[in-house]
Amino acid sequence: MSISREDIEKVAVLARIKVDGEQVSALEKDLGNILDLVDQLSAADTDSVEPMAHPLDAVQKLRPDVVTETNQREAFQAIAPATEDGLYLVPRVIE
Amino acid sequence: MHNKSVAELSKELESGRISSVELTQQFLDRLKTEDGKYNSFITISDEQALAEAKAADEMRAAGKATVWTGVPFAHKDIFCTSGVRTSCGSKMLDNFVPPYDATATANFKAAGAVCLGKTNMDEFAMGSSNESSFYGAVTNPWGLSSGDKRVPGGSSGGSAAAVAARLVPAATGTDTGGSIRQPAALCGITGLKPTYGRVSRYGMIAFASSLDQGGPMARTAEDAALMMNVMAGYDPKDSTCIDRAVPDYTATLNEPLKGLKIGLPKEYFSDQLSPAMEEQVRNAIREYEKLGATVKEVSLPNAKLAIAAYYVIAPAEASANLSRFDGVRYGYRCEDPKDLMDMYTRTRAEGFGNEVKRRILVGSYALSAGYFDAYYLKAQKVRRLIQQDFINAFKEVDVLMSPVSPTPAFKQGEKNTDPVSMYLEDVFTIAINLAGIPAMSVPAGFVDGLPVGLQIIGDYFSEARLLNAAHQFQQVTDWHQREPQ
Repeated sequence: MSISREDIEKVAVLARIKVDGEQVSALEKDLGNILDLVDQLSAADTDSVEPMAHPLDAVQKLRPDVVTETNQREAFQAIAPATEDGLYLVPRVIE
Repeated sequence: MHNKSVAELSKELESGRISSVELTQQFLDRLKTEDGKYNSFITISDEQALAEAKAADEMRAAGKATVWTGVPFAHKDIFCTSGVRTSCGSKMLDNFVPPYDATATANFKAAGAVCLGKTNMDEFAMGSSNESSFYGAVTNPWGLSSGDKRVPGGSSGGSAAAVAARLVPAATGTDTGGSIRQPAALCGITGLKPTYGRVSRYGMIAFASSLDQGGPMARTAEDAALMMNVMAGYDPKDSTCIDRAVPDYTATLNEPLKGLKIGLPKEYFSDQLSPAMEEQVRNAIREYEKLGATVKEVSLPNAKLAIAAYYVIAPAEASANLSRFDGVRYGYRCEDPKDLMDMYTRTRAEGFGNEVKRRILVGSYALSAGYFDAYYLKAQKVRRLIQQDFINAFKEVDVLMSPVSPTPAFKQGEKNTDPVSMYLEDVFTIAINLAGIPAMSVPAGFVDGLPVGLQIIGDYFSEARLLNAAHQFQQVTDWHQREPQ
């Protein structure tokens, strides 16, 4: 199965990864080959099969609704690219 | 000292013949002089290691020593280590110093083990040759004497090469599609991928969350058992971890194997396997027969679909997991972003390497509107078919045995230009992750001077039995003791 340049450009936007024209050509080939490999799945008869998310079909454990974490904002923000007054800084989004 | 196992080093420390500070210094010195040949470490954490060694000697003096107290080892650079850079082999996390410990890290610290540093790996654990690391390829200690630079396998290639080269007696690894077993096989060491949920994934940087599992890499099955005693167990911080009693994995190592029923999946002895490799694997299985095991052929009819299912599920989960690397809270951020979108897209374009980007794009495509049912849901259904094959096989036999990889260690640069040919490297290991069952790689011979691994696959939570089978094999063979020249 092939994947078009338009598909690659669209999915790159969805994945928030900048790709230039040359990269799109390389990705067209590589992603096309990967999707060819994956295409074998369509031959499998899975009509009555339940999808499997956890090998032991475990479900999420619930815990009591109490605060267990302490505030470590300073430790966490010490490794951030840019912060101010306890907030993360990003390029302006609202003029 | 560098040739001793964890169990032997532990005895040396216990006897008082050497302190942990002395032992740690010896290992650090050797690591610094030797690792230039292999590039198996990303970070050597001397200061922390010597502080941990001093604390270990005090722990021993206070009568609180465990088997691990004062013994050096290393973590794959995917396990968060508080205060020590954890890069996951990526430029994205080149500056990331975690403010917390992974549960596996905390467990080794509590036991008093001494972490010498962080081992090299494929970027975000995506690779089978350790060539996708931002910190450069790792060189396999085997085959170097013939002048060839060969891959150590991946993604835990740094851990495997470091253990094989006697730089550390043991190291942690992680395995999403074969990333403990295949490098263990290619470097001639012993590795175990536990049952999914047996070892906490908390603080282990996520690749594909329904497949990832941490585990031990060491030279002997006994040392792997000692690592499992520290690593295994329920952790409320990992919601997929299983709450189930942990046995002492060393207690059953010496059980006799008489009557062990071994199944050989016929699909794993196919024409993908080179005849020379097959001969070594079959010789190993004959050793098991001498130990009293019986052998029969079994079938895993859906195994052929494993790679296809994996290359939907793993990239899909990776695309979701790696969305957290956005240049906002930690890690790399591009220079001078002109707006928020530019910051996200350039940070990720510059911070991730090519293989990681390919997988994120494949995963995003598979999860995008209109394709989810055809890809992700279909792959999850095939995953259940693959699991059912194993469940059926374990109604007839106790363990399965097979090769780990289709060929021994290949040369650097041989496969890294074609993603799909690299993916086929994991043809015998991937189905095990999809099923969530445990499996080991055990040194079982050589082809052209390069190590061959025997894969031993077990039913859910049968790690003790696998370690027992591997240990008994290692009592009658010496493949695991061979040292690269």
